[in-house]
Amino acid sequence: MNNFVIPENIAISESGFLFLAGTGETFTLNQIGKEILNLIRTKSSEEEIINSIVDDYDIDRATAHKDFADFIAQLKQFSILKAE
Amino acid sequence: MKIAVTGLNATDNPGPGVPVIRSLKHANEFQTRIIGLVYDSLDPGIYMEGLVEKSYMIPYPSGGLEPLLARIEQIHKKENLDLIIPTLDSELYGFVKLQPKLNQMKIKLFLPTLEQLNIRAKDNLFKFCERNEIKVPKNLLVGSLHDLYSQSSKIKYPAVVKGIFYDAYIVNNFDETQHAFNKLSTKWGYPIIIQEYLKGDEFNVVGLGDGTGRTVGAVSMRKLYITDKGKGWAGVTIDDKTLIDLSKKIIEKTKWKSGLELEFIKSTETGEYFLLEINPRFPAWVYLAPSAGQNLPYALVKLAFGETVETFSSFKVGTIFVRSSWDLITDIKVFEQIAALGEISV
Repeated sequence: MNNFVIPENIAISESGFLFLAGTGETFTLNQIGKEILNLIRTKSSEEEIINSIVDDYDIDRATAHKDFADFIAQLKQFSILKAE
Repeated sequence: MKIAVTGLNATDNPGPGVPVIRSLKHANEFQTRIIGLVYDSLDPGIYMEGLVEKSYMIPYPSGGLEPLLARIEQIHKKENLDLIIPTLDSELYGFVKLQPKLNQMKIKLFLPTLEQLNIRAKDNLFKFCERNEIKVPKNLLVGSLHDLYSQSSKIKYPAVVKGIFYDAYIVNNFDETQHAFNKLSTKWGYPIIIQEYLKGDEFNVVGLGDGTGRTVGAVSMRKLYITDKGKGWAGVTIDDKTLIDLSKKIIEKTKWKSGLELEFIKSTETGEYFLLEINPRFPAWVYLAPSAGQNLPYALVKLAFGETVETFSSFKVGTIFVRSSWDLITDIKVFEQIAALGEISV
């Protein structure tokens, strides 16, 4: 379980293309970004998301934690994510 | 039925005539014949296939209303016009003044009143917004160079220096302010507006008011690509209830009659919308509205003919327009008709 909320007016396509319907902004996520956002949507916990990244990619846990935090901060900055 | 439309200058500073006509043709049940009224023999709309049945040159309203009226009378004798849709800011005052005479000739118009046109004039907009609790950037009206010096301590930088009709400069100090002031006053006259600079993103709304305070429809858009002239070259419809509600409030408070474009800036700092301008006609991107489900130009035609028009309740979010540059090829003989004879059938 995580405390992140993706606002309702954000359309996320399977290709990882994001459309913020309220502002008209668009973003394209890469593969890992798409996977993380999907895990956030399915309410996986932060630890579960980190586990998934460490399992699937060649990365150590500490770096995965740091990169995950950076990514979340970016999503919040662009109003793609907000805290519950 | 015949409808005449102005503003066929689909150039890099496009008039709304071509998209207004395209919108009318977009309506399935629309069987009307369209006449173009043009100011320049090279207005691209004249040469677009299937757009207008015929085009006529008309004199600029700034040259006096009598020659304009005389020319319309001449055209009317040949064409028996039912409705004229003027689409350019600069001709609206003239057509509003000619309205009683045109109505006598049985030509309909669906225009804002002079009072409404005056509300949206840049020097009056601030007062209107204050009265109706609509957020607007702080304004300072400057009527002379002496005035500029005496009010200089009130200017906070950066600021925006705007002409009464057109053009704006962002300035960072008094020297730059003076320079912009001189340029704008020479070109557009007084007063000059010195406006608070707000950091944020620009949003636009195209709307239609029926003159009772009701918003027949409103579609919000964010520009995705802006030219060096500040014109939107691409845009997308967006879903923001606050923006639409604010637009409805403006239409209600002004009892706006006709099409309009509202320009807003959303403050990065507070997230609030500030009204920058009310343009008293449909914008050049109006074809996005019927494409997203609200045919506002067609609704205007129906209102002009006294028909009942239902309020549009929604539109398709995520509809995009991308403007293009496209060469139209014609023959000198065709050009000759409009340039030498003042009328052309394409």
